[in-house]
Amino acid sequence: MSPATVIETPVWPDSYGDEAKPRVGFFTDTSVCIGCKACEVACKEWNHVPEDPQGYTATSYDNSAQLGANRWRHVAFIEQVVEVNGVEDGAPDSWVQEAQRQQLVDQGVETHEDDRGFRWLMSSDVCKHCTDAACLDVCPTGSLFRTEFGTVVVQEDICNGCGYCIVACPFGVLDQRKDDGRVWKCTLCYDRLQDDMEPACAHACPTDSIQFGELDELLERAGERVEKLHDRGVSEARLYGHDTDDGVGGFGAFFLLLDEPETYGLPPDPVVTTRHLGENWRAAGVACLALAGAVIGSFLGGRG
Amino acid sequence: MSPEDREPEEVRGDVRAATDGDTYVEGDSLGEGPHTAQEARTGVGRDRGTKEIPMVPKDRPRTYYDRPVVKPPVWKPEIPWYLFTGGLGGASSVLAYAATLAGNRRLAKRAWFCAFSGIAVSPLLLISDLGRPERFLNMLRVFKITSPMSVGSWVLVANSLAVTPAAAGHLLGFPKGIGRRAEPAAALLGPALATYTGVLLSNTSIPAWSEARMELPLLFASGGAASAGGAAAIATPTRYAGPARRLAIAGAAGEIVNTELMKRRLGDLSSVYETGEAGGFDKASTALTIAGGAVMAAAGRRRAGAVVAGALLLAGALTKRWAVFKAGIASAEDPRQTVGPQRQRIAERRGGVPA
Repeated sequence: MSPATVIETPVWPDSYGDEAKPRVGFFTDTSVCIGCKACEVACKEWNHVPEDPQGYTATSYDNSAQLGANRWRHVAFIEQVVEVNGVEDGAPDSWVQEAQRQQLVDQGVETHEDDRGFRWLMSSDVCKHCTDAACLDVCPTGSLFRTEFGTVVVQEDICNGCGYCIVACPFGVLDQRKDDGRVWKCTLCYDRLQDDMEPACAHACPTDSIQFGELDELLERAGERVEKLHDRGVSEARLYGHDTDDGVGGFGAFFLLLDEPETYGLPPDPVVTTRHLGENWRAAGVACLALAGAVIGSFLGGRG
Repeated sequence: MSPEDREPEEVRGDVRAATDGDTYVEGDSLGEGPHTAQEARTGVGRDRGTKEIPMVPKDRPRTYYDRPVVKPPVWKPEIPWYLFTGGLGGASSVLAYAATLAGNRRLAKRAWFCAFSGIAVSPLLLISDLGRPERFLNMLRVFKITSPMSVGSWVLVANSLAVTPAAAGHLLGFPKGIGRRAEPAAALLGPALATYTGVLLSNTSIPAWSEARMELPLLFASGGAASAGGAAAIATPTRYAGPARRLAIAGAAGEIVNTELMKRRLGDLSSVYETGEAGGFDKASTALTIAGGAVMAAAGRRRAGAVVAGALLLAGALTKRWAVFKAGIASAEDPRQTVGPQRQRIAERRGGVPA
C-alpha cells in the first residue's frame, strides 16, 4: 500500500517500499489537558517502564519532572500568576465566577484582591518523532531506526549505551537507564501499531488531549482546533511542531500550546544537529590541515 | 498541597528576573521582547467569566521551573581522557611520520611510541564508557557520515591497524615491510583522529558545544599538537627534539588563541567557561599551557626544561579537554543557554526586532 501522508522523512517511506504504512503521530492538544497523568501511567504499564523515584518538585504539582529513560510521557504543570488588567475587586460577573475565585483563594492564591490572575497550564510531553531526527542521524550502531510508520524507535538488542543520542536530541527526550546501560524512549507503542491499536497514552487520555492518528489528518484537525480557539478569544493558542519548514522538518508528535514553548520546557526553535554537519566536517578538515602544516613547519623552522 | 508549601509566585518571578540578568544582557533574546507587546492576552481562563481581560504576563516562567531543556551527557570521565589520548595519539602519528621522512630516527621512534600509546589506550577508554561495553563491536555494524561517533570509531580502528605495525617496525624492528607501508596511512589518519572529536561535541544540541563548531576541531588539533610535541620533547634527547619543541609551542599558542576565539564566538554562552568546574579547569589549562610554552621556548634545549615544559603542556591539554567537557554539562543544565540563542534566531528571522 502507499502511504497517505506526504510528509516524508529522509529515508521513509522509500526504504520500506510496499511495506510502508501511513505516517502516524500524536496531536497533543494541551488546551484540554486536565493533568490527570493517565498517559504517564498507561505508558508505564503497557511498556513495562520501570518506576522512577518521584517526589514533590516544590515548583508545581509536577512530581515526575521530565522525560527520560523511565518516563516516556511527562505531564508538565505550570502555575502562572499573571497580572490582570481590569479585574475589579467589586462584584463578580456571576456566582460561578465568584465560586471559582473563592476556590483559588482557598488554595492560597489571591486573584481578585490584588489584581492578579492565575492559571494552570498542563501539557503531556512525549518524544517528537522528528522528521529529521538527530538521535537517529547520530546513532553509531544503527540501533535507532525509522519504522514503517515513520516513527523513531530504539532497538534495544542493538543499543550499546554510547549515549550520543542523548546529547543530540534537541528536546532532551532520550536518556540512559542507569542499571541497564541502554537508552530508552517512547516507541509510539510500535508493538500496538503493528496490531492496529492506538498507543497506550492516547487510549487512556480521558479528554482526547492526546490524539493519535495519521499525521496529515492530525495536522488538519489541529489547524481547525486553533481556529476555533481563536474564534472563542483564546488568542494565545498556537501550534508547535506542525511546520515542516522548522529545524527538524516538523514533528511526528506535535502540540497545541497556550504559551511560548519554553514555558513548557520545550525549545522554541529546535534544530537537528546534522543540519550543520557539512560546516562541522569542514571545520575538522581545516583543523587537520592546520595540524599537518604545524608539523611540517616545525621541521622546516630550524635545524633538527 | 497546603498553601504553605507553595512558593509565592511573586517571589519566584522576582528571583527569575534577577537571575536572567546574570546570563543575558537586557534586550537580548531572553529579554522581554517576544513576551510583551504582541501578546496582550485575553481571558485568565476560558471558564472563568466571559469578559475578555487583556493581560501582560510579566512574571510567568520563561523556562519550565529552571529545568534543563536538553539532557547533559551521561559520559563518564573516560571521555575527556579519551579526547586527550586521541589527540596525543593522532598528532603523534603525524610527528612520527614527518620525523621518519626527515631521517630523524630517534625522534621518530619515540613519537611512534607516543602514537601507539595513545591509540592503544583510546579504545579501552571508549569501551569502558559504554553502557553495554560487551556490545562495543556494534559500533562497526554500520558506517554513518551523519554520526561523528560512527566515523570516529572507524577512524580509530583504521588508525590502530596502521599505527601498530608502523610503531612495531620502529620499536621492535619488525614487521619492517608492512610497517613502512602503514606509516603514511597512520600519518593521514592521525589528524582525523585528533580533530573529529571536535565534531563529536559540536554535532550535539548542547549550546556551548554546537555554537563552537568552527573552533572546537582547531582547539583539539592544537591540544593534540601541544601534547604530541610535549611528550616527544620529554622522551627525546634535546639534540633531536627541536621539531617536537617547536610543534609543542605552536600547539600551545593554538590552544590559547582558539580558546579565546571560541569564547568570543560563544558570547553570552561562554559564561560556562568562567564559573564552576569548567571555569576551574579552563583557568588551570590556560596557566599550564602558557607556562609550558614559555618554559619550552626558554629552557627547552636543556633536558630538564624540556621535561618540565612537556609535562606542563600535557597537563594543560588534558585540563582543556576537561574544561570543554564540563562546560558542555553546565551548558546543558542551564535552560537559558538553550532557549536564549533560539529566541535570538527567531527574533533575527523576524527582522532583527523582537516582534
